[in-house]
Amino acid sequence: MMRIGVPREQRPGERLVAATPKTVAQLVKLGYEVVVEQGAGAAANFPDVAYSDAGASLGSAAEVWASDVITSVEAPGDAQIEALQPGATVVSMMSPATHPELLKALAARGVNALALDAVPRISRAQALDVLSTLSNVAGYRAVIEAAEEYGGMFSGQVTAAGKTPPAHVFVIGAGVAGLAAIGAAGSLGAQVRAFDVRPEVGEQIESMGAQFVQAQTAQQEVSSDGYASALTAEQEELTARMYAEETRQADIVITTALVRGQAPTTITAEMVAAMRPGSVIVDLAASGGGNCELTVPGERVVTENGVVILGYTDLTSRMPQHTSQLYGTNIVHLMALLTPEKDGQLVLDLEDVVQRGMTVVGAGEVLWPPPPVQVSAAPAAQPEAAPVAPVDPAEAARAAQVRGQRRMAMAGLGAVLLALALMFVPAAFLGHFTVFVLAVVIGYYVISNVSHSLHTPLMAQTNAISGIILVGALLQIGSESWIVSTLAFIAAAVASINIFGGFLVAYRMIGMFRKDA
Amino acid sequence: MLTSLAQAVYLIAAVLFVLSLAGLSKPESARRGNVLGMVGMGLALFATVLLAAQNSERPVYVTLMLIALVFLIGATIGTWQARKVEMTQMPEMIAMLHSFVGLAAVLVGFNSYLTEAPDTVHLVEVFLGVFIGAVTFTGSIVAYLKLAAKISSAPLMIPGRNWLNLGAVVAALGLMGWFIADAALAPLIAMTVIALLVGWHLVASIGGGDMPVVVSMLNSYSGWAAAAAGFMLSNDLLIVVGALVGSSGAILSWIMCKAMNRSFISVILGGFGAEGGTVVASDTDYGEHREVSAADVADMLKNARSVIVTPGYGMAVAKAQYPVADLVQRLRAQGGTVRFGVHPVAGRLPGHMNVLLAEAKVPYDIVLEMDEINDDFADTDVVLVIGANDTVNPAALEDPGSPIAGMPVLEVWGSRQVIVFKRSMATGYAGVQNPLFFRENTAMLFGDAKSQVENIIQAF
Repeated sequence: MMRIGVPREQRPGERLVAATPKTVAQLVKLGYEVVVEQGAGAAANFPDVAYSDAGASLGSAAEVWASDVITSVEAPGDAQIEALQPGATVVSMMSPATHPELLKALAARGVNALALDAVPRISRAQALDVLSTLSNVAGYRAVIEAAEEYGGMFSGQVTAAGKTPPAHVFVIGAGVAGLAAIGAAGSLGAQVRAFDVRPEVGEQIESMGAQFVQAQTAQQEVSSDGYASALTAEQEELTARMYAEETRQADIVITTALVRGQAPTTITAEMVAAMRPGSVIVDLAASGGGNCELTVPGERVVTENGVVILGYTDLTSRMPQHTSQLYGTNIVHLMALLTPEKDGQLVLDLEDVVQRGMTVVGAGEVLWPPPPVQVSAAPAAQPEAAPVAPVDPAEAARAAQVRGQRRMAMAGLGAVLLALALMFVPAAFLGHFTVFVLAVVIGYYVISNVSHSLHTPLMAQTNAISGIILVGALLQIGSESWIVSTLAFIAAAVASINIFGGFLVAYRMIGMFRKDA
Repeated sequence: MLTSLAQAVYLIAAVLFVLSLAGLSKPESARRGNVLGMVGMGLALFATVLLAAQNSERPVYVTLMLIALVFLIGATIGTWQARKVEMTQMPEMIAMLHSFVGLAAVLVGFNSYLTEAPDTVHLVEVFLGVFIGAVTFTGSIVAYLKLAAKISSAPLMIPGRNWLNLGAVVAALGLMGWFIADAALAPLIAMTVIALLVGWHLVASIGGGDMPVVVSMLNSYSGWAAAAAGFMLSNDLLIVVGALVGSSGAILSWIMCKAMNRSFISVILGGFGAEGGTVVASDTDYGEHREVSAADVADMLKNARSVIVTPGYGMAVAKAQYPVADLVQRLRAQGGTVRFGVHPVAGRLPGHMNVLLAEAKVPYDIVLEMDEINDDFADTDVVLVIGANDTVNPAALEDPGSPIAGMPVLEVWGSRQVIVFKRSMATGYAGVQNPLFFRENTAMLFGDAKSQVENIIQAF
């Protein structure tokens, strides 16, 4: 049985923890022994006793870092790497693309390292994707921070003292964070408008209750890997004009544009200057340098014209309880994937694309970057739809008319032929035929009205009444010929089974249909 | 006098039958419709028994004894069948009842030939009546065997099967010429044998998933058989009833065909789904599917405000309707909106799912048709797809090259989360891979639908 260590986070101000009492219980269920560093969850309001109640043991930092598996939020520092056992597995966020020296140090120590922020973006791996988790929380928190800075109410009010308009929120970028921000702002009652360079996410924006803003003809090509790609000069120009217009009208701007870790500039200093005093900009891309030119990462800035710009980079840490719970659950999902037998033995399968993608250091070797993965999220760039030949509506109408005339002619011809044929049949037959045709027409109208849900009882019922053929058989049963009698008897017997069986089973079925009381 | 009285009673019975079918249009009036049908049948039979006693060519008591025996047999077997049949077996029972009508039509036709004077019109009527009856008889038996899984439901593929059918029809036409000319028994018997084979072959070459069409088609045939019997016996009641039933079955077949976007002819000619559930050679990479556990699904349902369940034949096979109804009741008690979306061809019989759900005490006003519910998926948190496959396949709308392209389907993928209950990743009846399973918002819950639904209820 392997031991999972959950250390207290090192970075000053970090309030998250990589496991909560709930997720500890789930890890224990997977067969692991869990040791939590004393005070690890204190900042996230998870006291030590809750962990031990959930089945973890409490230990010192040294004990925790000597575990077989270490799960944390921040990547280990040099001192912690020294404390690792060779062969141990470290699970945390690592930013492998920007921290090659960390990977080298881990490789030198002979450990395995799984980067939670390097999960391939395929649907199966969604459950382990901490970036989605953190973006979601950050998007929500961005709205809360904005609400605190904003000098008004989000929802419009009509009171005896007059009315106030709802806050106008403009969200740039409809990724996970953007959509979460739209949802949070909308549920506080704000009017939300949102923009994304990928036109296909317009539907998602609208499904969250925001209005999708489109820059004129600034339609971006869909890149084949699911990420937004850079804009052409003309598109950029149009988009910038749209940003200027939207930010000028907004009370709150939440900007979340990050293209592969880089933050493009969306809001220029002039745009900020044109905003109303008291407006708030929350820059969720501050960690990548910021989307707004005036953003200072990690700081609150007030411009000369009274616009507040929040460049906080610790938004997720400001909601430690739920963020830790979600983060911890991502780790549980990962451990479930790595523990196929649920026996507390971690098995790393580098053939699996998800595990391969996350494993940045394996048995003393740097394995980053992984081989490219076919991203299932991205629809293959659609080839331009072949232009449909324009149909002239007048032509179509004429064609329909011709079809109608032809059908009419056919029906007329059929009626004439039928009439001619009927001239040669006996009068008695003609009488029966009349009845037959009228009954078919009645049947057509009556049955067309039957509700779909009653089609099975209908079939049972029609079965029963088609047992009426019994009438014919009964009249033949008294024949003087025994052969006829016998045949009639058999016919009558099966037909009467039909009548009784059909009616009764229809009765039984109909009795089952009941309305919601 | 008695004959006139019987005619009058027949007229009343015919009206009652029409009212009976009209009553079935809504669940509220269905019970009344059912009872009206029984009353009509009772009146018609009573009058017929009197007539039979009057016209009896042998001692009246013998005739009456035979008739009493007939009713005894019919009542015993019919009542017993109707009581014990399970709702999942309704398709089999319906198919079997069709075969009875077919058999009765054949026998009545022979009798009519044996007892009445041979004039041309009558001979044609007998010939047609026996032909339709025989096709209905064996066709229904094969349908019964397939539905009861007593024989494989895969289509029988005899090479040149359409030519065989055509040859049989031509042969039957030739025999009709001979029969009209000679009024001999031999051509009638030969035609009966051919018709029996045609009926057998016709249904044997149609696959299991097309059974809703086949069963309603046979329903229609059984009606035409009764109408033909009415013509040969000069009985207007039989003609009226036969025409009602015949057009009823025809409309049902048409509805089913429209719901599959297939022409009636192509269904009847059979051969669809010949691959028997294997993947049609496809080099498309659909990506990967995602699996969830019953406990996860329970969590999602707890937080869901609106849920739609789309059942399919798989639910009937697993007999999962009771746990599903239980689950739905719990969700509703919790305050959520829960509805069912039923595709017209779900199951093996028109309206099959509705009956199964009604049996499990699901109120019918939360069971909606495809057209009623298709626009609501976008506002739905969770969709549970239980044992349905082709009826929720987005390829029908998005992939013009798909074998089921153009078929109207339940657009479940528009919802926030789709849970698919399935035994494995095998394809559905049409043998078409379902891209739904690989969507971002779809999760698969593998295993027996019944036990998985029970697991969800437990996890609640």
